[in-house]
Amino acid sequence: MTTTPLRTSHATDHLDLLESHAIFILREVVAECERPVLLFSGGKDSAVLLHLAVKAFAPQQLPFPVMHIDTGQNFPEVITFRDLAVDVVGARLVVAKVQDSIDQGKVIDPGAMGSRNRLQTVTLLDAINDNEFDAAFGGARRDEDKARAKERILSFRDTFGQWDPRKQRPELWQLYQGKVNPGEHVRAFPLSDWTELDVWQYIAREKMSLPEIYFAHERDVILRDGMYLAVGPFVEPRENETVERLTVRFRTVGDANCTGAVLSHAATLEAIIDEVAVANVSERGATRADDKFSETAMEDRKREGYF
Amino acid sequence: MEIATKDLLRLATIGSVDDGKSTLIGRLLVDTRQLFDDQLDAVTAASEKRGVGDLDLSFVTDGLRAEREQGITIDVAYRYATTPTRKFIIADCPGHVQYTANMATGASTADLALAVLDVASGLKEQTRRHLCIAALLGVRSIVVAVNKMDAVEWSQLAFERVVDEIETLSRELDFTSVSIIPVSALLGDNVVEASTHFPWYDGPTVLDALEASEAGAWEHAATQGARLPIQWVLRQPGGGRTYAGMVNGDTLHLGDRVTLLPSNVETTITSLSFGGDEIESATVGLAADVGLGAETNAGRGDLIATAPLPRVTNELKTTICWFGEKPLVIGQRLRLKHTSKVTPVRVKIINGVIDIEKLDIDESTSLNTNDIGLATLQTADLLVVDDYRANRVTGSFVLIDEVTNATVAAGMVGHASFL
Repeated sequence: MTTTPLRTSHATDHLDLLESHAIFILREVVAECERPVLLFSGGKDSAVLLHLAVKAFAPQQLPFPVMHIDTGQNFPEVITFRDLAVDVVGARLVVAKVQDSIDQGKVIDPGAMGSRNRLQTVTLLDAINDNEFDAAFGGARRDEDKARAKERILSFRDTFGQWDPRKQRPELWQLYQGKVNPGEHVRAFPLSDWTELDVWQYIAREKMSLPEIYFAHERDVILRDGMYLAVGPFVEPRENETVERLTVRFRTVGDANCTGAVLSHAATLEAIIDEVAVANVSERGATRADDKFSETAMEDRKREGYF
Repeated sequence: MEIATKDLLRLATIGSVDDGKSTLIGRLLVDTRQLFDDQLDAVTAASEKRGVGDLDLSFVTDGLRAEREQGITIDVAYRYATTPTRKFIIADCPGHVQYTANMATGASTADLALAVLDVASGLKEQTRRHLCIAALLGVRSIVVAVNKMDAVEWSQLAFERVVDEIETLSRELDFTSVSIIPVSALLGDNVVEASTHFPWYDGPTVLDALEASEAGAWEHAATQGARLPIQWVLRQPGGGRTYAGMVNGDTLHLGDRVTLLPSNVETTITSLSFGGDEIESATVGLAADVGLGAETNAGRGDLIATAPLPRVTNELKTTICWFGEKPLVIGQRLRLKHTSKVTPVRVKIINGVIDIEKLDIDESTSLNTNDIGLATLQTADLLVVDDYRANRVTGSFVLIDEVTNATVAAGMVGHASFL
């Protein structure tokens, strides 16, 4: 029994309502689908998703495994966090490696410095097929991108893993329906209606831990295409680029060679929330080279089956 | 650390194609500075590329390639805005009749509908259809932006002619709160900033009206006692089971007398928790976990309720928005999802189709794509239902194609007051 007085739980403020809605979606998908999996990158959104999944099924163990699509171009801090986070909740971790897809000849090796971002889709879809997953939870939010803003909370994928934005299932009320035929699957996005600020406020409220790279620290960086990239095994300075040691943090966590750092002194959750609240560049705009290829870069990748 | 407490208002834009819904939402987001610089730059670049002027505000929400090519909205875009006291979830819905299912998707969770119409053309059939669907879906508050006032030289006469039409229809559809506002989404008049073009208008701007409306109508619409549809059974350490689901209708308290349905077992709430922490009461909208006094074999699809109790039935009189490509006919077999319950269902009677112009029922024995009609359904398993007008959760369902698993209809138990 508890030692503190019981509280009335009010689902009235916006974070409470978003939290309960996400838990409702997690439970609904687990109940309707045969073999769900939670996609976990070690980033803040998937950390929130894992935290909500634990709440949804407490005191039971998580009724599904956690899967990381590993490009092999990670920040080491993120992998450390991934292993710790999965260990703490006692989940089973499935790691699907882009390197394996390269070794099997399914995708072409872009070289040590080349981006493996787009190759992930092949690895992801193969892993979903091989494990016969029929539902994959993701931490994507609709405020991230204009194509994501169009996507249903339960997003249907055909046997090729494709998203067809012109043929989405109507999604009425909170009647989420995730039934699929063999070979098809749904992506489920419990954080659809959360914004970047909601996520940070929730992390602070729940006193969650995150990979260190989200907080301001000193790092060697180079400026490339308007973005600060961390110098390391996947980013080497080119001839005309100068290495600078700056105080930075990361607003998103992706591959080390396409995720930009932002100049920031925000070293605590409070400081990050203040910074995010007045930011005038979007999260992906500030930090993701992969969205800058074309006007509909995200839509094109999503159609192929990307996250 | 203190986090500012905000409430949550869900709104959906409705109205006919080309009357300016997406442009109005674009204007609202730009003028309240919800857009980041890079997003605004991207909209400007896309506008220039397609030769549609410096800044086509509709591109803020029309994010798909096909939408930008055709200059229309195909599916709902969700956008977010915050003010010091409120978070807004904005569903920008398509206007075309062929995308009615997508419009209903956006409007089904809305507290409020923001209707946009062109002052020059007044209430088109599609606008009437959308207002009718919004009313059927239980939206009680509407804000009507009478748009393109710049194109009629800010004419009071033109505005008032449209106001009469809207007021007549609003009375018929039983909306309880109606604000009608002259605007130019293109130029920004009366969207966020009050306009100087309307000396004859001293009412709110669109933003004022949205700020003043009641939040959480979706959660608080119900008046029929507490309801908790069981989603999942949790096994507790040391034995025993608890039941997980979202509370609606009314607050549940520790010690409440409740009835488990459809088995009709009366019992008491012996434990309540959220996320593994014990609590003593659970308000509407909370994803709670409930322990019951009696030994039961309750499971997913059953419902915990306080008085007045819902009905237990396998025959439903319903209102249906049909989205299937082929007509819905008598005798047709489908799957029905209601709360957390899925059951086979057969169409027993089709009672008629709603005439959107006259708002009455025409005789028909089938429903075509995007028709709204009345039908009696026979379900294989017992359902625990309230009328939709009393409870949006226990009164709503979807119909699913048994082969493709596609959602082919939105259904509501009972009939709207205006039919």
